[in-house]
Amino acid sequence: MIEGILLGLKTALSFTNLLMVMLGCIMGTVIGMLPGLGPMTAIALMIPITYGFDPSTGLILMAGVYYGAVFGGSTSSILINAPGVPGTVATTFDGYPMAQQGKAGKALAIAAYSSFSGGTIAAIFLLIAAPTLSKVSLAFRSPDYFALMVLGLTAVSAFSAKGQFLKAIMMVVLGLMLATVGQDSLSDIPRFIFNSMSLSDGISFILIAMAMFAMSEALMIIFKGKDPSKATKSISLSELGSIRLDKEERNKMLKTIPRSSVIGFLIGVLPGAGATIASFLAYGMERNFVKKEEKEKFGKGSVHGLAAPETANNAACSGAFVPLLTLGIPGSGTTAVMLGALLAFGIQPGPTLYMTNPEVFWSVIMSMYIGMVILLILNLPLIPYIARLLAVPRNYLVPLILFFSVAGIYLISFNTFDIFLMIGLAVLACGLRLYNFPMPPLILAFVLGGMMEENLRRSLLISDGSFNFLWDRPLTAIILGGTILLVSWQIYKSFKK
Amino acid sequence: MKISTVKIISLLFFIFSLFYLYTAHQIRVFSFDENAAFNAKTFPIYLGYFGMFIAGLKIILPEKTSEEVDQKFLNYKQTLILVLIMVTYGSIIRSVGFFFSTSLFLISSYYFLGERRWLRMFMLSFPFVAIFMFLVHGLLDIYLTDPILKALGVMG
Repeated sequence: MIEGILLGLKTALSFTNLLMVMLGCIMGTVIGMLPGLGPMTAIALMIPITYGFDPSTGLILMAGVYYGAVFGGSTSSILINAPGVPGTVATTFDGYPMAQQGKAGKALAIAAYSSFSGGTIAAIFLLIAAPTLSKVSLAFRSPDYFALMVLGLTAVSAFSAKGQFLKAIMMVVLGLMLATVGQDSLSDIPRFIFNSMSLSDGISFILIAMAMFAMSEALMIIFKGKDPSKATKSISLSELGSIRLDKEERNKMLKTIPRSSVIGFLIGVLPGAGATIASFLAYGMERNFVKKEEKEKFGKGSVHGLAAPETANNAACSGAFVPLLTLGIPGSGTTAVMLGALLAFGIQPGPTLYMTNPEVFWSVIMSMYIGMVILLILNLPLIPYIARLLAVPRNYLVPLILFFSVAGIYLISFNTFDIFLMIGLAVLACGLRLYNFPMPPLILAFVLGGMMEENLRRSLLISDGSFNFLWDRPLTAIILGGTILLVSWQIYKSFKK
Repeated sequence: MKISTVKIISLLFFIFSLFYLYTAHQIRVFSFDENAAFNAKTFPIYLGYFGMFIAGLKIILPEKTSEEVDQKFLNYKQTLILVLIMVTYGSIIRSVGFFFSTSLFLISSYYFLGERRWLRMFMLSFPFVAIFMFLVHGLLDIYLTDPILKALGVMG
């Protein structure tokens, strides 16, 4: 492990990679801060840029964007009560009241320190858990992988939108269907290409990510008549107050951060859960942990109430890397986008990643520490300036997002068919989002589609076409049991209503 | 009886799954693979059936809460114009070239979204695209064809 850490440090501390972490953190913060645009949009917009880089550099940049976007989301939650992503909704409960009391600077500092601590502690957990789990996961066979992917997709569907399980499953099916377009991976037989040469290689993952997140998000801003910059007029972005914390506030944070980090990391590791559940759970648990007089301050600007979700959502981000790096199976929409990017680099994440591409494996882990430090150093003094970006009017914001989306896909394929396909998918996504059809299950299914078919193929061929493989191995049966439990719980919940 | 939009979307998804299933059955596999436990059309066929099943469930099951969207708050006109501008941009990007088509796309988008400060609109289109092209073409080495800039002798 020491060799790995040193290798990771060597790669992550190279000038180019340091520059990339820094750029990633800044760009992530800026994009994540704009209400409605979250880590997934930020990463999707970055993918075309990373194409010219080596895999470690590309992944380091995207990891920086990921943390930056989560932190940026907290800033808009605190300053204008507009969480950029669901993962920062819990931040508004105490962050916004603090800002209203004239302590916006303090709230942002608490968020920054908590994010930094949560991310760093979780990165240590990741350092221990990832290699260990990689060794364990070597025992996984095709049926286990297939079952795990079914569990992951079910979990993401169950947690991505409250009470919308069937809609989320429909999105999973749509994602899997889109993944089957193009040549069959084994026999090269064309499928669903309708005699179009442009579809023979399948639909590009970047195209789907850009259309479903960046482009449709921009169109939704116009369609719903939202103007993110309007909310900024209610508060002064140049006078945020002091960012210094007193001893009492520091002590409160010291108690909250360790327990919220553990909760955040564990929830992050679970497939489908992630930052949103982690932050709400940490907030709720923290409320139970504190004394009665502190409990009453919750919702009115409590330090505990702000530090808990902020610590947990960043810890969950690091935790989400565990299944991605060790099993090659992303547990959330954001890590699915990262998996797609890794596959595009020609790297197959999984239990052997730390043997076949140790520099990628370790440099990503080590860059997390560096990213957290950079995020803290850059963002604390720059907060008042970065916060002014919240005032960018939609008249400029939307065309620029659309431009980056179209240019991003055109610069990769130089094919206008891809532009039209992307516009069509973005319009479709807009319509679906309007009626609360969640998009993360779709992107996860699209990324996992090929692997899922491959593992089902192997399993069925080994078992001679029999579905006995689903319960022949205890591990497969246990994982499928988890899926059945999850589905039963969803059915129970819908009947209980 | 009023049918909700979510049910209509589910019905459309049912029809789409049916079409997908039909197309999946049309996939031509190698003759030696025809009776194999798994071939190129197995997974799509499962997906087609599963899609129909889920959409069917959504259509049949009663809705607990109304999910209708208030149409009067939706800005169809501006969205449609923006989509048309994007389609036009996609259509002319090869013939007109990246620089002019992108700059025109940006300027027209700003304008249709209500912006009227021409200097700012200009600065965030032509010079902005020029800097972007320099980064992409000059630094990242991604070749961009631009017939007009080529004719003007700006690009090689």
